[in-house]
Amino acid sequence: MDAQTQLRVDNGINVEALLGAREALSKMPEAARFNWRATCEWVNGTHARSTIDSFFGLGEEQMHRMAHRIDSDHPELFAAEDHGATPVEIVLAGLAGCLTAGIAAVAQNRNIQLRSVKATLEAGMDLQGILGIDGDVRNGFDGVKVIFDIDADATREEIEALVAQSQKRSAVFDIFTNPTDVSVMVS
Amino acid sequence: MNAAAFAAGSLQVGAVDVVIVGAGHSGLAMSHCLAGRGIDHVVLERGEVANAWHHERWDSLRLLTPNWLTRLPGMAYDGEDPDGYMGRDEVAAFITRYARTSGAPVRTGTTVTAMTAEGTGYRVETDRGRWRCRAVVVASGAFGRPCVPRLGAALPEGVAQLTPYQYRNPDQIEPGGVLVVGASATGLQLANELQRAGHPVTLAVGEHVRMPRVYRGRDIQWWMHAAGILDQRYDAQDDLSRARGVASPQLIGSRERAIMDLNALTAGGARLVGRVANVNDGKVQFSGSLRNVCALADLKMGRLLATIDAWAAAHADGGSLPPAERFDATHLPDKPTLGLDLKRDGIRTVVWATGFKPDYSWLKVPVLDPKENIRHNGGVADAPGLYVMGLPFLRRRKSSFIHGAGDDANDLATHLSGYLDAISDQCGRTRFECTS
Repeated sequence: MDAQTQLRVDNGINVEALLGAREALSKMPEAARFNWRATCEWVNGTHARSTIDSFFGLGEEQMHRMAHRIDSDHPELFAAEDHGATPVEIVLAGLAGCLTAGIAAVAQNRNIQLRSVKATLEAGMDLQGILGIDGDVRNGFDGVKVIFDIDADATREEIEALVAQSQKRSAVFDIFTNPTDVSVMVS
Repeated sequence: MNAAAFAAGSLQVGAVDVVIVGAGHSGLAMSHCLAGRGIDHVVLERGEVANAWHHERWDSLRLLTPNWLTRLPGMAYDGEDPDGYMGRDEVAAFITRYARTSGAPVRTGTTVTAMTAEGTGYRVETDRGRWRCRAVVVASGAFGRPCVPRLGAALPEGVAQLTPYQYRNPDQIEPGGVLVVGASATGLQLANELQRAGHPVTLAVGEHVRMPRVYRGRDIQWWMHAAGILDQRYDAQDDLSRARGVASPQLIGSRERAIMDLNALTAGGARLVGRVANVNDGKVQFSGSLRNVCALADLKMGRLLATIDAWAAAHADGGSLPPAERFDATHLPDKPTLGLDLKRDGIRTVVWATGFKPDYSWLKVPVLDPKENIRHNGGVADAPGLYVMGLPFLRRRKSSFIHGAGDDANDLATHLSGYLDAISDQCGRTRFECTS
């Protein structure tokens, strides 16, 4: 790839900043320790509102540019009012957002211009789990399927490699595929 | 220069310019290169020459590289089977013959217990006395101790656990199922051997490197050698720490030159699962990333073969070669197993083929990073006069192979020789006097 092509590739990712951060954090492992947070308040019924504004990283408290709010609820067939996406759908959106961001970053680093990236996600769930009908059925997804439709200046193999590398470096993919210790307490 | 005794203290056995730690292929290649430059040195060896090959390798192990490529500075394979792969005992004999013919000054049965900086040089303590020197070459190997994940401690008592250092042959393994953890050359070879011995095998697969044994009629190592892939340098890598962490390729040296990949194992009945994610109450959980690690390896193999095809089109007589080939993607179960109850599933043995780490417990010079690897630039360690050899991608992709030792030893011997000259000039005395 010649220098001109490299200059033209712009997926809106500042690769130099990311590589610089990697270099800096490899020398300061403490600064690499982040804490992500969310707060959530019950509204009514199955409707709740989460707020995400602060996090900890680079050794100090950090703020998002603005507070982000996410409403969660359930569809009407659950006898709910559908004020927001179902929590499991928000989890799917988290996976999609993480993989898509990763694809953009990896593509930029590999000098691949993206024109469009569209992910379609589907996850199966047997409600006999959460409804307590069958103790052998788990509550969560029995599998997740993600299909990416990507238009880019790249071969099919290069696009498949972007998607594979994005999974390899994805936090949410890791959260989905490996067990995580969760502690839930009452204050 | 004088390697003879230096009678200061009863434990002092000698002073030399250079101590080489380890008489495996790397240390002996370095010894050969130092001797060629007239540099006074000694090779300290905890056991016998080629000790790991004599005592710490399983019975059926063969080199991953063909015999014609198995060479050290001043000695090449001269047997009758250039396309074969040396077995464990043949490798031990090859290295032992090398030590003898090159006249390497090896002190066997001498275990280094501590090495510290002293003046402009180093003090090397052994169980047979103390050496003083001005430079040290650490050639104690990349595979000093097997890594076993901490969660091994959580396995139930009735399950036997082995590392590749304890494994010799299938006779050691109780009847019943085996979980092999790790899909590098070691994991696949052991899984294959245990499966052939009649054990139901489950293989936990993390990131791995897949390649065919023979491609377009030639050994894959022939292609990688000819196309210059094995000579790629460390200082030309985008992500060197990643390149250095890559697992050994899924290859086996066998008479049949058979492909040893996950498809070969599953054809024989093995069950593939993701990497071990957790062990709790007799149950092992596996990561849901199996598909992706296989996709990564399949894609990477495709890129390697495309590189070889492009090189062949440009350099080799394409007309006489068999056509380009592509191999099946890794066959995966529709629903990979995410958890196993070891007892209920009849798994009696877990084999940890989860990699190795060098053992630097004796190295009391502040050159280790937080992960206990020596900080070095192409084998020149981050301490004056200290060198390291034989690590993956030390200077070249081939650095950890036997045939990779020659170029590295030559480069580092040249650097070392310049270092000795520089410190002699600095203090204006002979090399030997500078140590004090």
